This record gives sequence, C-alpha cells and structure tokens, in this order.
Amino acid sequence: MLLAINDLHVRYGNVEVLHGISLHVAEGEIVTILGANGAGKSTTLLSISGLVRPSEGEILFDGLALHKLAAHQVVQARISQSPEGRRVFGTLTVEENINLGAFSIRDKAKIARTRTWIYDLFPRLAERRQQLAGTLSGGEQQMLAIGRALMSDPKLLLLDEPSLGLAPLLVRAIFDTIRTINASGVTVVLVEQNAKAALKLAHRGYVLEVGRIILHGESKDLLTNPEVRNAYLGGS
Amino acid sequence: MEQFFQQLTNGLAVGGIYALIALGYTMVYGVLKLINFAHGDLFTIGAYLGLTLLTSLALTDHVGGFLGIGVLALMVMGLVGIIGILLERIAYRPLRESPRLSAVVSALGASIFFQNAIMLVYGAKFYVYPQDLLPKSPVFIFGMPVPLMRILILVASVVMMISLYLFVQKTRIGTAIRAAAIDQGAARLMGIDVNRVIMIVFCIGPALGGVAGMMVGIYYGQINFTMGWNYGLKAFTAAILGGIGNIPGAMVGGLLLGVIEALGAAYISMAWKDAIAFVVLILILIVRPTGLLGERVAEKI
Ligand SMILES: Nc1ncnc2c1ncn2[C@@H]1O[C@H](COP(=O)(O)OP(=O)(O)O)[C@@H](O)[C@H]1O
Ligand SMILES: [Mg+2]
Repeated sequence: MLLAINDLHVRYGNVEVLHGISLHVAEGEIVTILGANGAGKSTTLLSISGLVRPSEGEILFDGLALHKLAAHQVVQARISQSPEGRRVFGTLTVEENINLGAFSIRDKAKIARTRTWIYDLFPRLAERRQQLAGTLSGGEQQMLAIGRALMSDPKLLLLDEPSLGLAPLLVRAIFDTIRTINASGVTVVLVEQNAKAALKLAHRGYVLEVGRIILHGESKDLLTNPEVRNAYLGGS
Repeated sequence: MEQFFQQLTNGLAVGGIYALIALGYTMVYGVLKLINFAHGDLFTIGAYLGLTLLTSLALTDHVGGFLGIGVLALMVMGLVGIIGILLERIAYRPLRESPRLSAVVSALGASIFFQNAIMLVYGAKFYVYPQDLLPKSPVFIFGMPVPLMRILILVASVVMMISLYLFVQKTRIGTAIRAAAIDQGAARLMGIDVNRVIMIVFCIGPALGGVAGMMVGIYYGQINFTMGWNYGLKAFTAAILGGIGNIPGAMVGGLLLGVIEALGAAYISMAWKDAIAFVVLILILIVRPTGLLGERVAEKI
C-alpha cells in the first residue's frame, strides 16, 4: 500500500469534522474522494499534507508516519498537493511559481528537466512564464497549480477540486492531463464534486459524508450504485 | 541652492537610516502580519553594541577607520540578528496560534524588556560616539562640501538595500520569503519550512535595524536608551508610507520621509519637523490607502 489512512479524526477547535476515516491507495492508482460541500474532503487532503494535525489516527506513506511530519517534510517524502482554490502566488510570475514547486529539490539539472516536461504538458504556461500568476485565467491558474505541484517530482499527487469553476471543455482537458500524469507513474488522489467525470477517470472511489466514509469501491460499481446516482450524479 | 543641496543630502542619509529600520517592520509584517513593536529597541541595541565594540576592540585604531567601521558593522548586524532570532523564538513563536492581540501584547512586553535591559547595562545617561573615526575633510560634490560621513551612510544604506532587494528577488530563499508572505499555507505545500523563513526574516530585519542604530551613533555622535522610540516611529511611518509588507516600498518610504523632513525643517519650520512626517503620511494615506507601493489593503494593523 502506498498510502494508508487509519481511523483519522480531525477537529477544528472543538468541532470534530472527520470522525475516523480509513482509506488506502495503491501505487499507480487514481483514487477519487467524492462528497458534498463540507463533507471533509479538503480536510482529508490537508491532513495528508501536514497542514492540519489529526487528533487521532495515523497516515502512513510507504510505512512512513506522515502525521508526525511537518508540511515541508511531507513534500520531501514526495507527496505534493494542488490545493482547493489553486492558491497560486498571484504577485509572482508563472515561472517563479513553477520554481517554488521545486523548492524541496536541490538538483538543478533535475529541476530543469521537470520544468521542460511541465511546459510540454501545459504549453500555455510556457507562453506566459513571465506573466504574473494573478493575471492568468482560472483554467491557466489550475494548470499552474498542478504544474507547480509536479515540480517536486511527487510519487503521490493530491488534487483538490481541479475542475472547480472551469468551463466543461477545460475540465475535459484537465482530466486528460491527470490521466497523462498518472500514466507517467504518479499516483493520484483526486477530490471532486464533479462525481461523474471523476469516477470515469479514477480506478476507485470513496464517498465521504459529513466526516465519515459511507461507501467505497471500484469506480464502475460506484457509477451504477443507486445511492451514488441519487446523491452525486443528479439521479441520472 | 547650497542650503537645498545640504538638506537634500542630509535628508537622504537620514532617509537611508529610516529605510533600513523600516525594512525590519515591513518584512516581519509581510510574513507574520505582526508589527514587531520591539524593533525600535533592537535599533537602540545596535547603537549601544556598536559603541561598546568600537571602544573595547579599538579596531579602528589598528586597521583604520573605514575597514574598522565596516567590520564592526558586520559584527553588530550578526549580534542583533541573533537577538532578533531569539526574540521570535521566545516572544512570538509560542503565540503563533493565539489571538493576534496576545502577540501584540508580547511585542510591547519585549520592547519594555529591551529598554530596561539597556538601562540596566548602560544606565540612563547619554553616550557619545568617538568623533575621530574618519577624516574630517568634506567631499566636494558640484563644488559643494558634503561631510564624508553623510556620503558613507547614504552609500552603505543603499548598498544594503540593493543587496537585500537582489536577495529577495533572485535567490531561492528570497523567493520563499515572498511566497510565505503571500500565502503561508501554500508556501508550506511547496515544501518551504515556513518556520525557517520566519527565522531568516527575524535575523535580517533586526540586523539592518541594528546597523542603522550604529549609523545614527556615528552620524550624530550621541545615543541614549530611548532613541529607538523616535526612530522606530519614523521608520514605521516610512513603512506605512511605502505600503506595509512591501520591501521596495519601505526603501522608497524611508528615503522620501528623510528628505521631506529635512526640507520641511529647513523651509517650513524646524519646530514642526516631526509633525511634517505625519502630515505627509496622512495625506498619502488619504490619496492611497495602501501606501505608495502597497497592493493589498492594510486592514490588519
Ligand atoms: N479552518 C477551518 N476552521 C474551522 N472549520 C473548518 C475549517 N476548514 C473547514 N472547516 C469545516 O470543516 C468541515 C469540512 O470542511 P472541508 O474539509 O473543507 O470540506 P469539503 O472539502 O468536503 O468541502 C466543514 O464543516 C467546514 O466548515
Ligand atoms: Mg473542499
């Protein structure tokens, strides 16, 4: 198992928002976490990245206890995240954002190689490398957030709602790119509200409801599951 | 013309000193959204440490004025930088997750602590810097005599500002500092150890503030344990003027304030010298609430 989360509890102040969730991700998979707004999807990803401290439970990555690491050590362990809302550094240039993604890497030649790969993956970013990130369109900012996350050469990539606020055509493009990234050997955890698209892309999925995992399974089974269809696929 | 030129160069030298202090306020504010009220006292500590080192090591007697002052300045920067790091560890880091007011109170407490510590060690009397460090003969610019010390201070502060600017703009750590100032969480997701960034900022800011204290000692010849209050307030004004959190803003704000003050004192009224600075601040904030170079609204002060 590449990633194993066991009985994870997270609280903000006095309010517990994750009530003991467990999930696992095997190397090479794309796993999606679905759920309504406020279910705890982002909290799950933030606790993997070390931005939120669990109150109970463990997060293991290749046997390494992530819940004991600081956020920057999680990146060094080769997990990176494109966070919800993209959070690009708006007053820095595209290239500065990209380079920041490689902060944990010291090998200059390797950084240059990865950067070339990312500009191949997202030619739009290459064109705009000297532009301030804040002046990019939403879709371009999403590409930047993903590209930046890839700069640390992650084994595991966490994507929090990459399709949020994007036009359908762009969503398709982003999802295609996620498939490409996965094919290059990066394991992906994808948080989405766009359940249908996410399940078509992912191998497996988990359904999160107010801090509990209520369902999990192969994507094709979830796509036909009546509960999932009613709640997340608009009953279609 | 002669008077104008003298006031201008004097204003630029004082402004350079304001700018160096202002950088400490603005850099700390940038990453922590906190006004380090103890910063003015670190400036004072720099002035006193500079004097102590100057008289006890007698370095300027052995290696000459220029080199001696340079080496002493580096030592002051190092020492005050270390004090800055300790200040953050002891007074601010434990309160990082607490309400903002706790950190403000802690900052005020640190300021009082430093003032009392200086008074305990040095006493409350004025101290005088030696006045024979450098040649007394002025330098002639456009045929007008300018004190060598004034030029030296201006050049030194500009060199430090340019170095800092290049460091922040061009290096890996400098970019990390800018990223942490924009979005600390996102910076951590990049693998940046934000605690280390904060430590670096709490070293650079006080180092520059401390060396500014030494400059004031050398320039005016006299120091006392409350000097940090006046200079701190002026430099803080300069930081707001330029846009708090903005590094070039602090530089521009400092230089501008120094010049306006000097010209104001000469042509309007000496007695109103201090008030002029604040009138300018208020006028600029009315026209540009974010300061001259500020981008974001400074609602968090
Ligand atoms: N920083 C925070 N402080 C307090 N409560 C939070 C914070 N972040 C999220 N929450 C709450 O935790 C719950 C889960 O949020 P989140 O993980 O963002 O859900 P999702 O990503 O599934 O929409 C929500 O009820 C939300 O209001
Ligand atoms: Mg979310």
